[in-house]
Amino acid sequence: MGASQQFCTFFLDGHVFGTPVPKVQEVIQHQEMTRVPLSPDVVSGLINLRGQIVSAIDLRRRLGLPERPEGQLPMNVVVRTNDGAVSLLVDEIGDVIEVEEETLESPPETLQGFAREVVSGVYKLSGRLLLALDIDRVVDLSDLTKTKGTREF
Amino acid sequence: MDEIIKDFLIESAENLDRLDQDLVKLEGAPSSTELLAGVFRTIHTIKGTCGFLGFARLEKLAHAGESLLSRLRDGDLTLNAEITSGLLAMVDAVRRMLAQIEASGQDGEDDHASLIGHLTELQSGAAKPSGVVSESASATPPAGATKVADVDSMPVQEQVDPGKIGGVLVERGHVSPEDLAGALELQELGRRKIGEILVAQGAVRPEDVAAAQQAVQARNPESAVETIRVGVNLLDRLMNLVGELVLARNQLLQFSNSTQDAGFQAVSQRMNLIATELQEEVMKTRMQPIGNVWNKFPRMVRDLALSCSKDVSLEMEGQDTELDRTIIEAIKDPLTHLVRNCIDHGIETPETRRQAGKEAAGVLKLRAFHEGGQVNIEISDDGAGLNGERIRQKAVERGLVTSQQAARMSDRDIFNMIFLPGFSTAEKITNVSGRGVGMDVVKTNVEKIGGTVDVQSTARKGTTVKIKIPLTLAIIPALMVTSGGERFAIPQVSLLELVRLEAGEGNKGIEMVQGAPVHRLRGRLLPVVYLNRELQIGLGGKDARTDRPTNIVVVQADGREFGLVVDEITDTEEIVVKPMGKQLKGISAYSGATIMGDGRVALILDILGLAQRARVISEARESALSDKEKVNKREESHSDRQTLLLVQCGAQGRMAIPLSLVARLEEFPATSIEMAGGQEVTQYRGQIMPLIRLSRVLDAGKEFAATAEGRLQVVVYSEAGRSVGLVVDRIVDIVDETLVVQNPAERKGVTGSSVIQKRVTDLLDVPRVVREVIPGFAEQPAGV
Repeated sequence: MGASQQFCTFFLDGHVFGTPVPKVQEVIQHQEMTRVPLSPDVVSGLINLRGQIVSAIDLRRRLGLPERPEGQLPMNVVVRTNDGAVSLLVDEIGDVIEVEEETLESPPETLQGFAREVVSGVYKLSGRLLLALDIDRVVDLSDLTKTKGTREF
Repeated sequence: MDEIIKDFLIESAENLDRLDQDLVKLEGAPSSTELLAGVFRTIHTIKGTCGFLGFARLEKLAHAGESLLSRLRDGDLTLNAEITSGLLAMVDAVRRMLAQIEASGQDGEDDHASLIGHLTELQSGAAKPSGVVSESASATPPAGATKVADVDSMPVQEQVDPGKIGGVLVERGHVSPEDLAGALELQELGRRKIGEILVAQGAVRPEDVAAAQQAVQARNPESAVETIRVGVNLLDRLMNLVGELVLARNQLLQFSNSTQDAGFQAVSQRMNLIATELQEEVMKTRMQPIGNVWNKFPRMVRDLALSCSKDVSLEMEGQDTELDRTIIEAIKDPLTHLVRNCIDHGIETPETRRQAGKEAAGVLKLRAFHEGGQVNIEISDDGAGLNGERIRQKAVERGLVTSQQAARMSDRDIFNMIFLPGFSTAEKITNVSGRGVGMDVVKTNVEKIGGTVDVQSTARKGTTVKIKIPLTLAIIPALMVTSGGERFAIPQVSLLELVRLEAGEGNKGIEMVQGAPVHRLRGRLLPVVYLNRELQIGLGGKDARTDRPTNIVVVQADGREFGLVVDEITDTEEIVVKPMGKQLKGISAYSGATIMGDGRVALILDILGLAQRARVISEARESALSDKEKVNKREESHSDRQTLLLVQCGAQGRMAIPLSLVARLEEFPATSIEMAGGQEVTQYRGQIMPLIRLSRVLDAGKEFAATAEGRLQVVVYSEAGRSVGLVVDRIVDIVDETLVVQNPAERKGVTGSSVIQKRVTDLLDVPRVVREVIPGFAEQPAGV
């Protein structure tokens, strides 16, 4: 038996994504958000997490997936990062599953654009593929902050 | 690590800091036995404790210092610069060893043999005085020494227990026990201090009383306050919790307002009061006197002055001014840098100073005080001052401004260019400063905590740097506004006033000058920024609606004012500043976020960042000057460029008036015109101001129908305290033009014509026009 790891899974546009359980602080219902004008589009807003202010990043936008249908409220997956907690907006929460390291493969060629950069690998589950996200890379928006609305130094 | 060693380290670190200060003070007053005794005691304590803990090397070093001090104390030696430097070197070595103990638990391999040898030499060297020692051992402090005037500590001495002062005086033989007994009896009768009585009786000199007071203070250090040590982490945690409590309180109050339950309302009110008080008290625990930072300066100034061969005396005022510890941390480096700059660049060498007719010793003054909920810190020197010409040159050389721009800039703006990155006018780079890094860091650091820096300088008289910073960063009062459907907080420190233009007035109240919106605030032109446009929210013609009142929040950033147009002004509230995630750090428009009473997040606007975004304040600060400053500049530079007010009046068409002649721009309702002595007048600022209709004067003979519109546009001209209003049809623009005056015309009231904005425009000769209508204007005194 090879090494195994627990993954917290969630759905985005029909795909299954996941991140190792220790990276996840908590999963909460949709929260009211405060928009942040001038921020990159992927930042949906700020939420009040028990007195702590947490940025919410829309994972669909971040990964270049189509917009979430109107009226469908996203869930918050609050992850731990080097820079404190960040909330990731996902369509739905899946189960916590155990994956074997030996089922890991590098991302398929079909993945395009930014998604390819942040998907660190693919686990072959029975009947589905689990795309493992590199959370620290996802929340690092430095590739976007040169866009409008930020200060030019 | 052992608890006992930890305690020893903390205590020693404090003792060493005090030693630094005391030694420098002692150098200025070598005969003070109290100071000497204090220094001796401190070193003795360190020596004793480290002997006890088994740090033999450290003990040996401290012992060498102690022996030297004991000779000083016994009067065999007099303190001079050499001995002071030796003792300070010992303090530094002890500090290094302590750091080593903290890191490794051992006092290190270095036995400091040469330093100990030097200290021993100093000890014996003065026993058979060499030339150097005897010269500098005279009563006057040696050149290059730093004298510390402790301005603030003087009044404190009054609080010392008088009974004990009497004891000291007797002990020292200044007064006899009988005299003291008599004085004490007198004291029973009245409320006077024992010292005062004795001085009044002529039994003792006032200096002796002061010395005795110092002695009493030195003997009873623990009688001052009862304190315990508390970890900084704990205080930070407490502060965070209080922040949470304040937020919960805000939520509770909102909830209690919506219920009818009297009991619940009473409890929430009580809760409100307690939370407020708790917040204040916890804030106090984090307050530290600025003296904690300044304490390092006497030593630093002494060493720097010696190394630059300058003579500097340091004066400090307001050491007790308290600041939140996070702010103290943040200003430590900027202050250090400024002090270094003063000594290295500001204060001249003793010879230069003498030649300039100044005292050989330069004065470096630190001053701190509270004003308007902010702390002001001033660092001033009486040195050579900034060289405006050289800064101008340098700015042009570096391509920061064009030479024309530089010539037009006021001294204040020129001086403030030293805060630009990479700007240094120092001719030679020293190891202290002059590398052109630093001043910009000073500015950035101060602005980071919501403060401002300003520099003022007079050639040959000196330079003053003024820093204004908020008292605390954690909980601040703020004005809540909405714009584009979002709520924002504007920190109260940036706030000047609120202006409300009633529905329909909005369009008229905000005019366009060169495509930029401005509002006339009491005649001054205030640049206006639409918050929703700047943040790109809620756009869709909303700001063009005239059926709603327009709210302008007048704010200031970096000494410049501008108006922020918002949809609604809601309330003022105490907000808890919370940081935003890294994802949003790059956006200069916000300084943080906060949680409101309803639990939602609101963004805190960074007024300075917003101003820079909106280009109300340009980053290089070379443009966007307020009109008043433009006028000053024009007058200073004597160039041909002038700032002109363009007006439209009657058949004459466009006229230009030098802006320097314009006191204010006003608007009066036609109904406010009255007649006095056949002259149209209006009441203006408690005076009767004559009104001159420019079109009538210039096109004499023609008859004009009374202006049908309800409002008059008036350019106010003042001379010798008297004002006159020039009525024009319309204010067109304010332009900056190089004037080429052509055909100095014979027409009355016109000095000539010039091409302005590609159109021939007449230049109005305001003083002549005024005298044409009102002969003898400004010859009778104001108010008659």
